[in-house]
Amino acid sequence: MTSQPQDLRGGDRAQYGVCAFLALVGVLVIMDAARLQDVATSNDPIGPKPVPILLGALLLLVAALYAVDVARGGHGQAEAGEDIDPTSPVDWRTVLLLIAAFVVNIVLIDRLGWVISGALLFWGSAYALGSRHHVRNLVIAAGLSLATFYGFAIGLGVNLPAGVLQGIL
Amino acid sequence: MDNLTNLLNGFGDVLTPMNLLLALLGVTIGTAVGVLPGIGPAMTVALLLPITYGLEPTQAFIMFAGIFYGGMYGGSTTSILLNTPGESSSVVTAIEGNKMARAGRAAQALATAAIGSFVAGTIGTVLLVLVAPQVVKFAISLGAPDYFAIMLLAFAGATAVLGSSRIRGFAALLLGLVIGLVGIDRVTGQERLTFGVPQLADGIDVVVVAVGIFAVGEALWVAAHLRRRAAEVIPVGRPWMGRSDWRRSWKPWLRGTAFGFPFGALPAGGAEIPTFLSYATEKKLSKHPEEFGRGAIEGVAGPEAANNASAAGTLVPMLALGLPTNATAAVMLAAFTSYGIQPGPLLFERESSLVWALIASLFIGNLLLLLLNLPLAPAWARLLQIPRPYLYAGILFFASMGAYAVNSQPLDLLLLLVLGLIGFGMRRFGLPVLPLIIGVILGPIAERQARMSLQLSGGDLSGLVGGPVSYVIYAVIVLLIGWPLLRRYVVRQDRERSVVG
Repeated sequence: MTSQPQDLRGGDRAQYGVCAFLALVGVLVIMDAARLQDVATSNDPIGPKPVPILLGALLLLVAALYAVDVARGGHGQAEAGEDIDPTSPVDWRTVLLLIAAFVVNIVLIDRLGWVISGALLFWGSAYALGSRHHVRNLVIAAGLSLATFYGFAIGLGVNLPAGVLQGIL
Repeated sequence: MDNLTNLLNGFGDVLTPMNLLLALLGVTIGTAVGVLPGIGPAMTVALLLPITYGLEPTQAFIMFAGIFYGGMYGGSTTSILLNTPGESSSVVTAIEGNKMARAGRAAQALATAAIGSFVAGTIGTVLLVLVAPQVVKFAISLGAPDYFAIMLLAFAGATAVLGSSRIRGFAALLLGLVIGLVGIDRVTGQERLTFGVPQLADGIDVVVVAVGIFAVGEALWVAAHLRRRAAEVIPVGRPWMGRSDWRRSWKPWLRGTAFGFPFGALPAGGAEIPTFLSYATEKKLSKHPEEFGRGAIEGVAGPEAANNASAAGTLVPMLALGLPTNATAAVMLAAFTSYGIQPGPLLFERESSLVWALIASLFIGNLLLLLLNLPLAPAWARLLQIPRPYLYAGILFFASMGAYAVNSQPLDLLLLLVLGLIGFGMRRFGLPVLPLIIGVILGPIAERQARMSLQLSGGDLSGLVGGPVSYVIYAVIVLLIGWPLLRRYVVRQDRERSVVG
């Protein structure tokens, strides 16, 4: 990780969201643990309850300490990398389009099979990331999903559904 | 010479045409994926894990050993030719390596990295053969409280040493531990955090967590900040070294190995410290100190060897104790468990032939890597120019394929997306990902060891501390966590002394 010039004037307030998230997870874990039956036997003197309760309490503690750290001006260093332009703001349009392509695959994978849903995933992601060679992308997407299906599902025995193309592939 | 016989048997298992083909396939795919910008060794292993699912465990491990070393080497090629390393362990390689490449010595930089990796990997694997059985012997004598202490040490090591911010490291660790809680409690059969979803009863598969955090999280994060202009790649011919390059490289290789292996083998080691140490040492010992910062070959040879030797070193705690010390080892451990194999001291007894086949494949993979990389370097360099939309679309594509292949259920893809978004958030807010993965993998084991310890003591909390080994480990943990305070004190003393002197 290299240092980077991210605009942090006025502090990075979004960090309080992380604290809230941690606290929320902590509360959830404790609530879930509270519903467990307390079965302490000689085999297992503490039962399944104490560990989640401890973790939940620690999460609340860390959330509080984190908030204190943020209030004192602490901030984490966003991750840098080869293709990352650290000065640009988060491009939500791209991220949301990627999530959409991902969800399409989740919905369709068992219905239409990996070859179609995987190709859609690749094509949609490439589109989201700014590639506008629609035909070329489609050819690559279809090629990739067919190659992975034949290579991995049939060649190496990986579980991938054939879906509606069952019998054709 | 029991181990030698075992190792020879291991070679016997591996040396069949089919297995060699799998090893070659593993090395090739591992390097090809590892070279791709933005894909570090851990992500390489996580993404490629599913392609071994249909194989027998022995064959899967043979392929895996190739992927492991291939991914490692691929990463250093990227850092030499692109100068923006994805993995913190190749930061040092990039310093001199990229300067060499810019000065028209890319071929020599890649050659010294490849041969140095081979030397360090081979020596490291030999040391693994020598050290791991000793560690096993020691580990067998340990009880549940000692194991619990070792797990806590791994948690402390992952959060305190690597993360620049402890509070963020602990937050990541706790999230990982919570993910590890999901599923049926093995002792009492009660469901924890499953929210009535039957598919969650078996817990969230570690592979899904690793792929989600490493691959999907990274792809989303890069997508949000994608540089519209691809970075400049330096063209390269076939790697070779002249006589003076050899003369200047061999000592740094050996010294780098000596730094790398012990640090890798420590429960809180990693590759960052030994690569930096190696760089500093070479700079000090070099006869050409003026070249450092302008492309000194020693500055590539040493750190690269240290990096690879440390990778071999991480296999010692991973195989002998079931303790992952870096991200790649964590993903490999996940791979082991997905084959129903639990690494740890008993592994060497129960699955002896498997372990030795794996070690034999490490030797073979290392050799294949050398044979493959010298001629293929120009092709790898061309991979760096892959259009970015295809690269990141491809990562999402293979991540989805792998996560689905684990259990054939779309719910895993949903979990993958949620974990990817968590990974995205962690990168945005600077939370380290390693503690999370370590928490997911070791959390359940630590809980089991703690409950076993308490069973022995009849529920008395003093049962958690037992025996001299755990005392030593707790002392180390206190040192690790207390180090910043201690350092502040030590530095102040130093400063005062320098003022006086």
